[in-house]
Amino acid sequence: MSEAPSPIVEVRNVSFRYGRNGPPVLEHLDVEVPRGQVVALAGRNGSGKSTLARLLNGLLRPTTGSVVVGGLDTSRNPPRRMAAHAGYAFQNPNHQLFASTVAAELAFGPRNLGVAEAEIAERVADAAARLGLEGVLDRHPYHLERGARKLVAIAAVVTMRTPVLILDEPTTGQDRRTSAMVRALIDDLGAGGTTIVCISHDMRLVADAADRLLVLDGGRIVADGTPRAVFGDLSAIARAGLAPPQITRLALRLPKRAEPWPALTVDELAGAVRHGAADAS
Amino acid sequence: MAGAGVSIRGLWFTHAHAPAPALRDVSLEIAPGELVGIVGRNGSGKSTLCLALNGVVPHLLPGERIGSVVVGGIDPATTTVREMARVVAMVFDDPDAQVSQTTVADEVAFGLENLGVPWGEMDGRIRSALTAAGLGGLERRDPATLSGGEQQRLAIACAIAMRPSVLVMDEPTANLDPAGRAAVFEIAARLHRDDGMTVIIAEHDVEALAEHASRVIVLDAGAVVMDGPPAEVFGRIAGASDDGVAVPEVTSLAARLGERPGRPMPVTVDDAVAWLGDAG
Repeated sequence: MSEAPSPIVEVRNVSFRYGRNGPPVLEHLDVEVPRGQVVALAGRNGSGKSTLARLLNGLLRPTTGSVVVGGLDTSRNPPRRMAAHAGYAFQNPNHQLFASTVAAELAFGPRNLGVAEAEIAERVADAAARLGLEGVLDRHPYHLERGARKLVAIAAVVTMRTPVLILDEPTTGQDRRTSAMVRALIDDLGAGGTTIVCISHDMRLVADAADRLLVLDGGRIVADGTPRAVFGDLSAIARAGLAPPQITRLALRLPKRAEPWPALTVDELAGAVRHGAADAS
Repeated sequence: MAGAGVSIRGLWFTHAHAPAPALRDVSLEIAPGELVGIVGRNGSGKSTLCLALNGVVPHLLPGERIGSVVVGGIDPATTTVREMARVVAMVFDDPDAQVSQTTVADEVAFGLENLGVPWGEMDGRIRSALTAAGLGGLERRDPATLSGGEQQRLAIACAIAMRPSVLVMDEPTANLDPAGRAAVFEIAARLHRDDGMTVIIAEHDVEALAEHASRVIVLDAGAVVMDGPPAEVFGRIAGASDDGVAVPEVTSLAARLGERPGRPMPVTVDDAVAWLGDAG
């Protein structure tokens, strides 16, 4: 008899407020994430996304309810132990970076986890290659332009090779080429079994990279499904302050042509339009 | 406050100690009241170009400058950054780094005091700037308690309270949610349309630029490589295989389906609905 794999992230009836009398930031949240899933968290600023992310790696503990990651309850384990299970790349790299070279920044996390030096070197080289940082390993992170500094912050968490990776707005300040690198990183690590939670306003990234999209609004989950299913309900997503990628907004303005619907990519919509034209002739 | 023109001739700039120039032979004429988008990959010179307009380049970020920049009749290199602030206002990508006061109204007043604006004029200027930025009623709030989108609108209010002729924004929406992003672009469009302000926005969000800008300038390795209406510029990029500059997704779609001679390429959803409607 086979059992369903147990989820790597279990959020059970979690509510959270900052301080004793602060307003509730999250209310009665229940989320399970299976191992290896790439989950996008979206919602307007202040919807509770970053709070949820901090709860997942133990930087914050729930006011009520429980968060269990990799079998460890964050309320019973110190943040240091949780950090070995869930790595967190901050939205603002300036809040995270402190070493005097990019190489030292990338080596810091695994060294802290007790990884052997030879393997640290291998991990640093791998993360640098994935994010195009090979040429700047000797530079000071603060001398890099902001997009590159953000990539350093991501790479510094990637080298920890945690089973759960939390990325907070990884494509902010990235151009087309470096956004594609971030996307490839998520694809590769996800395919390799890393569970990824990605907070993002970048709906192109969400459409391309996520298996699942959770939309938060006012501290509650208001949508949970594949990006295609969630984007298909235009009014629900608009109420949460979001809009689908431009190509999907176009698809939703056209008569329904072909599955999969609505189209999430230029390729899909080009195919559907050609197909529709062929039908009509 | 009518907009001022920008005239850049043969501008080269190399940051001190940098191995290569950040700007290479840039020549641009921007007419008073234009809303111009600047796009290009990271490191293409967008920020340096923005900072050359208010004199931070070369006064605060030194380096070697060749060529000329004239904004509202003044070359920023020949006056102080403080004097240029009367002509050019800047908004950056990190609103929380721009906040220093304990109330929203004081935040706007701070810049005006630095300019020596008379007390009698201040209240009116603060009120109208906050209204224009959609922050009317929040005068007494602590800026630290505002959302990211509100903080960025506060940065814009601070900028427009100076009554500049040119508003320059460097990735103003990078850290904002979609609603905050839309609000920034709508404010920019209104300043351009109703007040005739010259607005220059460096952005990766090409879909928002396509919606609002009348002209898009593409920088690559410090040089201007394209300059024209969004449909023309994004249409050309979509037809080439350039991995550096994004184009609106509907423009990529049109390129994929094949250009139609004599028809401008779509850059917005509305354009694309019409473009596809005329198919076959």
